[in-house]
Amino acid sequence: MGFAVFAFYLFASAVVASGVMVVFARSAVHSVLWLVLAFFSSAGLFVLLGAEFVAMIMVIVYVGAVAVLFLFVVMMLDVDFVKLKAGMSSYLPVGLLIALVLLVQLGFAFGSWEVTDVALAQRSAVTPDRAEVENTMALGDVLYTQYVLVFQLAGLILLVAMIGAIVLTLRHRPGVKRQKVLDQMYRDPKAAIAMKDVKPGQGL
Amino acid sequence: MTVGLEHYLTVAAILFVIGIFGIFINRKNVIVILMSVELMLLAVNINLVAFSSFLDDLAGQVFTLFVLTVAAAEAAIGLAVLVCFFRNRGTIAVEDANVMKG
Repeated sequence: MGFAVFAFYLFASAVVASGVMVVFARSAVHSVLWLVLAFFSSAGLFVLLGAEFVAMIMVIVYVGAVAVLFLFVVMMLDVDFVKLKAGMSSYLPVGLLIALVLLVQLGFAFGSWEVTDVALAQRSAVTPDRAEVENTMALGDVLYTQYVLVFQLAGLILLVAMIGAIVLTLRHRPGVKRQKVLDQMYRDPKAAIAMKDVKPGQGL
Repeated sequence: MTVGLEHYLTVAAILFVIGIFGIFINRKNVIVILMSVELMLLAVNINLVAFSSFLDDLAGQVFTLFVLTVAAAEAAIGLAVLVCFFRNRGTIAVEDANVMKG
């Protein structure tokens, strides 16, 4: 058994086990941490598949941004997560049944998978030789030429998500003293400073 | 013994089913539901990259990047809605989200 096979089974079992633990973990913080492990292991699978750039992006985006965002929200909300877990066992039989049916269906779909020559002829962006062009460069060549419009749209989606998240969570509490930049900038020296002619020995 | 496309597809299928299963049994907890959705998107990404690698077509990896973008945006918006909801109602239980106002 070669190292690649060993690494595949290691990462695959880690992904599946941590996925199960995300669902079953007692506290939501533990769920987020298992989610981080699932993302790391799937990044390992991507490296095994020769998609290094996607693997690194996976670690940066999912572990660095999404999981930390989840962690922030879980810790910020004052919620009794144990109480939310109540009644979990009553959903278990139906959930297991549906999961089993779905797994069997997916098994039927993937079990008899064959790639025809027609499909191979219809590839839109054939991977160049890995010895000559590395994965990141090849991906950039395709992404910034063939898919540039979709790339721009992805940026637009991120912009909308950013503005939406800020608008949803921003709130102005009354009674909080904060800096008003415009008021400071438009402050008039004539209204702010009064010249007084102070007589010696008398004061104001 | 080599690792073929079927192995990766099996892992992705199991992960996808785990995601759906998580939505089913954590019906009260929105945060775990969002995490289960992330797991399902991860399974889709594994499928895309596996096909991309075994068919030598880079389009799969490009689409993985787009799925990643949408997943990040979805998580950000979903959690923002959750924070907003918690401020207004003081709870995140799904069954309390039954009022279509305020």
